[in-house]
This record gives sequence, structure tokens and C-alpha cells, in this order.
Amino acid sequence: MADYIWLIPFFPAVGFLINGLSCNKTSKTFVSWVACGALFFSFLVSAAIFVNFLQLPAEGRIFEKDVFDWIVSGELAVRMGFKIDALSVIMCLVVTGVGFLIHVYSVGYMHDDPGFTRYFTYLNLFVFMMLLLVTGNNLLLMFVGWEGVGLCSYLLIGFWYEKDSASNAGKKAFIVNRIGDFGFLLGIFLLFVSLGTQGVWTLKFSEIQPNAHLLSVPLATAITMLFFVGAVGKSAQIPLYVWLPDAMEGPTPVSSLIHAATMVTAGVYMIARLNFLYSMAPDTLFVVALIGALTAIFAASIGFAQYDIKKVLAYSTISQLGYMFVGVGVGAYAAGIFHLMTHAFFKGLLFLGAGSVMHAMSGELDMRNMGGLRKKIPITYWTFFIACLAIAGIPGLSGFFSKDEILWKAFSSPHGHPGIWLLGTVAAGMTAFYMFRLLFRTFFGECRASDEVKHHIHESPKIMTVPLIILAALSIAGGYLGVPHILGGGNRIERFLEPVLGPPQHAVATRDMSITASAWASVGAEEAAGGGSLELILMATSVLIGLFGIYLAYLFYVKNPELPKRFTERFRSLYRVVNHKYYVDEFYEAIFVRGLLKVGGGLMRVVDDGMIEGSVNGTGSLMKRMGGIIRLIETGYVQAYAFGIIVGAIFVAGYLIMKPIM
Amino acid sequence: MLQDIPHGFYFILSGILFTIGAIGAITRRNAIVIFMCIELMLNAVNLAFITAGNALSSMDGAVFVFFIMTVAAVEAAVGLAIFITIFRLKGTINADEVNLLKG
Repeated sequence: MADYIWLIPFFPAVGFLINGLSCNKTSKTFVSWVACGALFFSFLVSAAIFVNFLQLPAEGRIFEKDVFDWIVSGELAVRMGFKIDALSVIMCLVVTGVGFLIHVYSVGYMHDDPGFTRYFTYLNLFVFMMLLLVTGNNLLLMFVGWEGVGLCSYLLIGFWYEKDSASNAGKKAFIVNRIGDFGFLLGIFLLFVSLGTQGVWTLKFSEIQPNAHLLSVPLATAITMLFFVGAVGKSAQIPLYVWLPDAMEGPTPVSSLIHAATMVTAGVYMIARLNFLYSMAPDTLFVVALIGALTAIFAASIGFAQYDIKKVLAYSTISQLGYMFVGVGVGAYAAGIFHLMTHAFFKGLLFLGAGSVMHAMSGELDMRNMGGLRKKIPITYWTFFIACLAIAGIPGLSGFFSKDEILWKAFSSPHGHPGIWLLGTVAAGMTAFYMFRLLFRTFFGECRASDEVKHHIHESPKIMTVPLIILAALSIAGGYLGVPHILGGGNRIERFLEPVLGPPQHAVATRDMSITASAWASVGAEEAAGGGSLELILMATSVLIGLFGIYLAYLFYVKNPELPKRFTERFRSLYRVVNHKYYVDEFYEAIFVRGLLKVGGGLMRVVDDGMIEGSVNGTGSLMKRMGGIIRLIETGYVQAYAFGIIVGAIFVAGYLIMKPIM
Repeated sequence: MLQDIPHGFYFILSGILFTIGAIGAITRRNAIVIFMCIELMLNAVNLAFITAGNALSSMDGAVFVFFIMTVAAVEAAVGLAIFITIFRLKGTINADEVNLLKG
């Protein structure tokens, strides 16, 4: 099987080349078959490897193959190699599976766009890069994918580049990502050098892991912090989250694929992949969990006051990514990956649903102009409703299992802290509120659209609704891969990931729980007794908070539509701050963008205009002036030249004559 | 007789003739005169060659002289042709007024 793993990224690369080199000469049907087919074959290979894995014993579930030497220079030898283990096979399945559905959906969504071929070319390139990221067996290959998805993100956000806002959003995303990538690159350098000085010059994961113990804890902390900077940029966490909401300028399926389901989760994947390093650095883990929890609650609060449905979903994505970082930050890597997967299902679905709503509403995005769509576009409504339930953490749907797994681990893991649990739980309630605010305002009540738009409202074609239905089914069923022990499940995903991510770190006594700790210090059989009931209580708490959020949204937006207006009038200044996203963009604009422009302008005047241009022009004018002096010698009179020759000859002769004498 | 005159005098005469020629070639303005001065310089050199050949009892000096005389004849032909052309072009053969070499 190992011989075939390179096929996974290979198919999208071929699709990219075919569509990219066809120069718009091929028909739309051909383009869509190539693009979707590439993804489908990739998905088949991933699925085959997955099935193969299930038949193998846990230790054997790893395929690695170096295809060819890429860079060989002294101690550094980087090989183009692919590696599939439990972690990357899940990522591959998510990327190709959800990616395939979104490709199919896009065929319907982008049908009338003049950039149809370009769109699918970029999309295939993106999937190729993402698969390179998750299947690469060394850090450099991962970095190539890491940069590649950033590039595709830029291309696709600015897809409608005639629009100023779109091309600016693309640039913003790229630049903010670059800040993170810089940290990631420094992390690679530091890791390579610090392992190298210990005699292990390598970038391969499989060689770093057994040698990780050579690193001192401060060094490991520094390396992991640098990597985390990369993750903060790519996965849109505080303080580098600002690009993601703007990324909604791209076509909606792009938001769904790149900015919800796959690319932004690269940071989570990277931390899970390097879990052995992160586990060595508890300080970094704490920072990761804290940033995650703060992002979760911060982004959720911005979601309260946005009216653009895609913006709400964007902040929701940031908030959910925060959850994943809480998961990996408390050492529960499997829980983070589990949430990554379920989130890919329901957030992909939410975005596609939003796209379907836009499709029905002639491109309208403002939920103030919607309402009452429930009856008119039932399939979209029902799938959207399922996704909302899933993200709100209603028991029985996928979001519930993954979110509660994270919250429970945040509370109980040795790296966890009840404060982080509290932040996460409050954010869960807020999530439920803003998601149902969105749902109620869009699908319930009176239709507030203009008559013309109202007249056009129609359900999307089958090619768009079928992916919605499949994703809805996955949003329900996806959670059953990770039913926790306490609910009688086997937490299969955690066990599947165990060979890569290590055994789950079970509850041990932490600071504030020393009283109950003795009861469930040892896990296993006793867990059901002491820790089990605590886990159930926490679970019930978060579910109740989620239900409360939904009820509140119901109260505000269905039962008493006047309430939000009165509410906002009461807290006018607070509302304005939240509606303007806490003025973070304005703050960055004033401090960083303007500051950089000023520094850049100063440097331009002093260094570029003054020094570089000055020295270049100076060389020229110096030559000109010297030439002006010397050219006076050239009179043009033959006799003057003859005089020169004679004087010269006299000097030479004089020298030759005087030489023997002197 | 000629044999009684020491070789040194011939060389001195040759040097004087050459210097006169050189100064004339630099200072005079009329191209024909310059040309004559150049001929003077050439013949001064011829004299030096002949003397040296005689002093060393060798024919090499005389061979050189033949060559120089040939070159001088050719030069005279070419040079006069150039002067005629310049005269047609500029209406003068005054060297001061011919400074086409100036960039």
C-alpha cells in the first residue's frame, strides 16, 4: 500500500495541470469532471488506505515512502517523501471527502461565472497543497504545503479581483499569514539547528521524534512557541485572526473549503503532528490552550452583532478553531483532531447552506433583509438547521461529542484548568445563541426582502443540494466515531489515533480538584464511579448552557422581535463596539499598517532615494564630470596628438638613456 | 674626406635634422610644410641608419634605408591624395582648421 500513497496528492496535481493548461479551451463539463474526478480518486485512495489500516494491528498503521531526493546539500538531505499514519489518513479523508463534496457543489454554484476554469484550477491546486501538507514526511515538505495553501487562499479570496474589496482582502490574508509563516520557518530553523548540533541533522518527523529528548525544555518551548506563531496565523487565532472575516470576499464554496473545513485547520494538524514536542513544553501548551479559549469567546462575542451571514460564520469558525486549540493545548490532541473533523462537516455545511441562501436571494448577504425562507427553500433550511444543532452541541449530533470531549479534557487533563473549561463552556452558550440568531433571522418570521428578490427565491439545483444532504448526514453521524466511554461508547477515534498521538492523558489530580481527585486518580474501572459523574455533570452543564443560548435566541428573534432593538438601544455604546469588531481592525490599521507605511516611506526616502539611488546616480555624474575634464585634452588637432607622441617618445628615450647611468 | 669625419658628427647632424623636422611638424600650420618636415625627419633617421651601418661594417643599415625610402614615397603619394581631398572638402589645408577628430 505504501507504494500508492503519493497518488493522494498526485491526482489533484494532475487535475490542476490539465485545467490550468487548457487555457479556457475546454468545456465546463470537461473541467468539472476533471476537477471533481481528481478529488474523487484521491478520496478513493485515502479510503483504501484507511480500510487497509483497520485490518492492520495498531503498530503497523504507518506507511512511509521517499519518492526522490529533493535537496541534498552537506548535512541537509531533504527527500520528497510521503507518510501516512492514523493522523494523516483522517486528514486526507476529511480534505478529499469534504473537498469532493464542495467541488461538486461548486459546479452548480459557479456555473455562470466566467472564471469557471480558473476557479477549479485554483481549487485543485489548493487540495494538492493541503494534501502535501498532511502527507509530507518532513517539515520542509509540510512548509511547502503550508505556503501553498496560503497562496491558494490569496488567489481564491481575490478570485473576483475586479472588486477592490476582494483583492484587498486577498492581500490582507496573505500578509497576515506571512507573519505567522515567518514564525513557522524560524521554528523549523531552530529545530533543525538545535537537533543538528546534537548530531542529528534531520527534518523528517520519524527521525525527529526519537531524538526529541535531546532538546532541553527551554529550547523545546522556544521551538514550539515559534511553530505556534505559525499556527496562530494560519488558523486565525488572536491576534492574527483579522484576515479570516475578510476572506469571505471569495466565492462561498471557497469559504467553505478553505476557510472553514481544511486550510485553517492546518495549525491544529501541525500541533498534533508535533505533539511529542508540545508535550515536552507545558508552558507552550498552556499558552496554546489560553489563546484558544480566549479566541473562542472573543470571536463568539463578535458574532453577536454581525448582520452579514458569512461574517457570522467566519467568526464562528475562528471561535471553533479556538476550541480545537483548547483541545490540543490541554494535551488532548485526539479531541482536537476529532473536533477538526466534525467541524469540517458542519461548518462546511453551514457555509454551503449560506451559499445556497445567497443563491436563492440573488446574492443578498444581510440577514436583516431575509427571513421566512423556511418554507421556500426547505432542503437548505433543514440541512442548515441540522448544522446549527450540531455546532450548538445538542446531544446526539457530532458537535456535541467533539466539543464535550474537548471541554472535559480541558477540565480534567493535567495540562487543563477549570478556568479554560469555563471560558469554553461560556463560548459554547454564545455559539448556540449567535447560530440560532442567524437561523431565526434568516429562515423564520416575515420575509424582509424586496419584492423583486422575493419573486426569485428558489431552491438550489440538485448538484448543490445533494452535497448539503450528505454533509448533513455526516454532521449527525460523524460524532459517533468518538462517543466517550461515559456514554457507553468506545471513543474509537481516540484509540485509532493512539499510535500517533500517544495514549490519552487521563484525569489526574490538578490544582483545584484535589478533593475529588483521590476518587478518580486511577482511571479505567473507577472512572465510571467518581470522574464519570463529574464528566456527566460537566456535559449536562454545557448542554444546558447551549439550550439556554438557543432559548435566548428564540426569545429575541422569534417571540419578541422588538427585544433586540430595545436591547441595543440600552447598551448602545457596547453594541457599537461589538458591531465594529472591537475596533481591532482599526487599531491594527492605525498602529501596524500606518506605522509600517510610515517606516517604509522613511526608508524609501533615506535608503532608496538617498543611498541607493544617490550612489547609482552619483557614479554616473562622477564619470560625467571626470570625462568633462579629461576631454579637454582631446582637441582634435592632429599636431597636438603628434606633440603628445613626441613628448612621450622623448620620455621613453630619456629613460632608456638615463637608465644605465643611474 | 668623408672617411675622416667621425661617426659622432653624423649622428649629431641626424639628431639636429630630426629635431628641426619634429618641431616644424608640430608648429607649422600648412599641411604641405608639415609634410616636408616629416620627410626631413625620415631622412634624418636614414642618415642615422647609414652611419650606424657604416660604423658596424654591416649592410643592415642600408637595407633599412631602402625600406624607409619606399615607405616615404608611398606616404607622399597617399598623403598628397589626402590633402587634395581635404582641400576639396574644407577649402583649406590649414591644420588648425581641420579638427574633425574632436568628439
